[in-house]
Amino acid sequence: MRRKFPQLVCGLIGLLLFVVYFSRHPIASSINETVTREYWQIVFAFALLVGVVSFAKINLQGIERGEDRLYRIISLVGLISMPVLALIWGIGTGSPFMWVFDNVQVPMQSTVFALLAFFVASASLRGFRARSGPAFILLLAAMVALISRSDVGDLMSARFSDFAEWIRSNPSMSARRAILIGIGLGSLTTSLRVLLGLERTWLGKESK
Amino acid sequence: MDFGTLIAGILTLAIFTFLYRDNPIYRAAESLLIGVSIGYVLVITWTNTLMDLLFHPLFRRGDWPLVIPLLLGAMMFGRFYRRTGWLSRFPMAVLIGSGAGVAIPAMLDARTLRQISATVTPLFAGSAWADVSTIIVLAGVITTLSYFYFSREHRGALGFSSKTGTYFLMLFFGTTFGYTVMSRMSTFIGRVEFLLTDFLRLTG
Repeated sequence: MRRKFPQLVCGLIGLLLFVVYFSRHPIASSINETVTREYWQIVFAFALLVGVVSFAKINLQGIERGEDRLYRIISLVGLISMPVLALIWGIGTGSPFMWVFDNVQVPMQSTVFALLAFFVASASLRGFRARSGPAFILLLAAMVALISRSDVGDLMSARFSDFAEWIRSNPSMSARRAILIGIGLGSLTTSLRVLLGLERTWLGKESK
Repeated sequence: MDFGTLIAGILTLAIFTFLYRDNPIYRAAESLLIGVSIGYVLVITWTNTLMDLLFHPLFRRGDWPLVIPLLLGAMMFGRFYRRTGWLSRFPMAVLIGSGAGVAIPAMLDARTLRQISATVTPLFAGSAWADVSTIIVLAGVITTLSYFYFSREHRGALGFSSKTGTYFLMLFFGTTFGYTVMSRMSTFIGRVEFLLTDFLRLTG
C-alpha cells in the first residue's frame, strides 16, 4: 500500500500529462500549465524547505558533537541572517539583504568559479599527454580552442578564429549531436520505465 | 573605498588563499558562502514561489485547488520521521510521474528528432565547402552513435566506425575543455581587476 499507491499515482499522472501534451483543447493546456508551472514550482519550493531544515539539523548536530564547530556556526549565521534581514528591511534594491548578496555572495561565488581555472589548467598539465591518437586529437582541439580565444590566435593568422569556429560548429558539433540523441533516447526509455512501474528506485527502501 | 568594496575584497582574497592550500581562512569564507547562498535561495523561493504562487492566491483570492500542491508540499516534511516517511513518496510520485509524462514527447522532439533532422540536410545547396562540412557532420553523428552501441562487439566495420567516433568525441571534449578554461580565465581576470582597481586602487 505504501509503495503501490504512490507508484499508481506516478503512473496515472504521467499518463495524463503524456496524453495532454498531444491535445490542443483548453482544458488539456490548462492541466499541463497548472501541473508543470504551478505544482512543480510549489512542490520544489517545499523540497527546498526540507533541504534547509535538514542542513540546519545536520549542522546543529555537528556543533553539539564539536565537529568543525566554528565553520558550522558561520554557515548557520549566514543562513539565518538572510531571512532575518529580509524580514526586517525587505528585499528591495538598496536593502541590507541585497547589500549582503552584492558584497558577500556574488564576489565569493565568482571567485570560487574563477579558482576552477587553476584547477582545470593544472589537471590538464598532468593529464594531457599525446600518448595515443585520440589523446593527441583531444590536446590539439583544446589548444586550438584556447589559442583562438586569445590574442595569440589573431597574431598567428586572421583566419585562425574562423578555423576554430568551423571545428566547433562541425566536427565537434557532430559528436555533441550524437550525445544529445543518446540523452534523448535514454530519457525516453527511463521515462517509459518509470511510467510502467519498472523503475522504482525513487520509492526508496521500505521503512520498517 | 566604501564598506561593501572592503568586505568584497577581503572575502575575495580569503577565497583565493585556497590557491596556496586548504586553510582556516578559506574554510570560514566557504562556510559563509554556503550559509548565505542557502539563505538567499530560501528568501527568494519563499517570496517568489510560496507567497506569490501559493499563499496569496490560496488565502486572499480563495484559489482552493492550490490546496493540492500545499498538501503535497506538506507531505515532503514526512521524511523527518520514520513513521511518516512514506508520505513523502506522494509528492515525489507527482514530480517524477509528471516529469516522465512530459519528458517522453519533449525529449523525443527536442533531443532526438530535431537533432536528426538538423544532421540530415540536403547536399549541393550551397558551396562545396558547405557540402564537405555536411558530410563530416553526418559521418561524425553516425560514428559517434556507433561508439555508444554496445549490443555487438566492436569489431570489423562497427569497430572501425566506433574508433572513428572516438576521434570525434575527443575533438568535442577538447573543444569544450578549451572554451571552459577560457570562460573561467575571463572570470578570474574580472576578479583580479576588481582587486587591483576597486579594492587596492593600484590601477585605473
